[in-house]
Amino acid sequence: MRRFSWFNATSLTFGFAFLYLPMIILVIYSFNASKLVTVWAGFSTKWYGELFQNEAFLDAVWVTLKVAIISSTLATVLGTMAALVLLRSGRFFGRTLFSGMIYAPLVMPEVITGLSLLLLFIGIGLDRGVLTIVLAHTTFAMCYVSVVVSSRLTTFDQSLEEAALDLGCSPFQAFYLVTLPIIAPAVISGWLLAFTLSLDDLVIASFTAGPSATTLPMKIWSSVRLGVSPEINALSTLMIGVVTLGVICASLISKRSAMKRDQDERTAERAEAA
Amino acid sequence: MTQSVFAPWNDPGAKPLIQFKNVTKRFGEFVAIDDLTIDIFEQEFYALLGPSGCGKTTLMRMLAGFETPTEGTILLDGQNIAPVPPNKRAVNMMFQSYALFPHLSIWDNIAFGLKREGLAKDVIGDRVQEMLRLTRLEKFARRKPHQISGGQRQRVALARSLAKAPKLLLLDEPLGALDKKLRQETQFELMDIQEKTGTTFVIVTHDQEEAMTVASRVAVMDHGKIIQVATPADIYEQPNSVYVADFIGDVNIIEGKAEPQGGKVSIAWAEGQPNVTGTPSSEITKGQTVHFAIRPEKVTISATKPEDATNAIQGKILDIAYLGNVSTYHVELPNGVVIKSQTANNRRLSRRSFTWEDDVWLSWTDTAGILLER
Repeated sequence: MRRFSWFNATSLTFGFAFLYLPMIILVIYSFNASKLVTVWAGFSTKWYGELFQNEAFLDAVWVTLKVAIISSTLATVLGTMAALVLLRSGRFFGRTLFSGMIYAPLVMPEVITGLSLLLLFIGIGLDRGVLTIVLAHTTFAMCYVSVVVSSRLTTFDQSLEEAALDLGCSPFQAFYLVTLPIIAPAVISGWLLAFTLSLDDLVIASFTAGPSATTLPMKIWSSVRLGVSPEINALSTLMIGVVTLGVICASLISKRSAMKRDQDERTAERAEAA
Repeated sequence: MTQSVFAPWNDPGAKPLIQFKNVTKRFGEFVAIDDLTIDIFEQEFYALLGPSGCGKTTLMRMLAGFETPTEGTILLDGQNIAPVPPNKRAVNMMFQSYALFPHLSIWDNIAFGLKREGLAKDVIGDRVQEMLRLTRLEKFARRKPHQISGGQRQRVALARSLAKAPKLLLLDEPLGALDKKLRQETQFELMDIQEKTGTTFVIVTHDQEEAMTVASRVAVMDHGKIIQVATPADIYEQPNSVYVADFIGDVNIIEGKAEPQGGKVSIAWAEGQPNVTGTPSSEITKGQTVHFAIRPEKVTISATKPEDATNAIQGKILDIAYLGNVSTYHVELPNGVVIKSQTANNRRLSRRSFTWEDDVWLSWTDTAGILLER
């Protein structure tokens, strides 16, 4: 075993403290009985109860989920299509320009994306609400999806699709019977990424939301400006819990599938030796 | 009893299954296939042999429908197949990478093509079972491709491409990923399956031994052109050019000026060396440059000058390549030219008659080699 080193122990402690102390404080204060955020007055779960009574918050949660699900689904479809076209259609005039244009929004400042979308919506006279947030989120999430999917497609063996055609598939059948099932993990992680980005987004949503639709990050932001309420702490704790659970599940699933693949490969080797 | 030999290419009345008529394929400036005309007959095992980049894979992909000819026509059963997409052709392909669908079981992989035809469930089941039996894969039907070995994957790929009973099966370097021993076994298995199913096979390979083993005819290609099409024995014994002679097996090439002498040709090839005599297969004019090609195993090596040999040259042993069953002697002639001679080691190594630096005589008859004009 490695010897204990004071230097390692100290840097580890500081590193983790830096990362997690703020969150731990937030979680602890969410169970504070006092209405004053900075004064500890005993353990209580009443803020969680109040949170679920707060119509405005629940509305915001609903809007956020609706926007996230619709926009990430749209972004996945469009992003996957873009990735396929760019990687499959061979060399056509302006291909480099097209692929550059797909990735450009990734590095575009959000404020600019938001502003330009706002101007567009005003220009075409679209009433701002859930629809406009969905469109905005689809626009920027699509790039992320297409990056994820095209990185999977570059390692995709093109002869699989040719084999499908050779065996009598129409090009469309070849896509949904062979290509899609194989790249499904990338498409799903693209969707999850788009979903998280949409849940997270404050800047673009603020530009494109109207009075009728407020997303959760916007709601939290605006209430914090009036003073941090213990309800916000409770809400944030719940979000941390959900995210942690999701990350743990995802890593368990990928670990189990890796173990299964290892086992399968050993079976195959034994079969070969026999 | 005389056995009828399978040789439809010699029968003027036979109708070819596939005809390439002046086919040219260009990729931009690059000419992959150059004005190529060949016939492939039914039930043939036709091998396309050549170095990488010679156009053999392009030729095969045109048959499968993944490439279309720039010029010329390809006929399958008399029908022009250029406008037919790959999924509508009675042609199946076995891919070099096998291209097994990783998300489907072995059973579903083999059934894939049959399902697209919309056949009844029990018909598909029977056919898949038959294919599994043919390729000895019954035990693995429920496994996924990554759960079986390389050799088994190769058989799945074969079973899948044969399942639809295609008129023509294309094999793209089918044994490239297997080790030598398994490859030899599989070659015989392939021939067996080809005979059982009666399907026409076109195989692409860069391995001349493989082509010689499995094929009924071998087409040697170079730079998008067919150099020679013949049976394996003819390709080896009657190459039509130095390129073919050199590509297939080992060969000694002696270049010189021809001098016809009553049915034979005497070749003056080096100052101070006796002329080499060979039997021409075509008209040779005096003074023409010819290449005399002779296989190392047809050159006899001996300690003293043989009495009756037409051709005999003296030299010194430069190198000996001992391969177990045969030894190849590299013999250097006084003018620096190295001639290879191969002898079967029918005696134990300790009793070998020659060693390095020995002075030896090389000899061969006037019909052992072949005269080539190019």
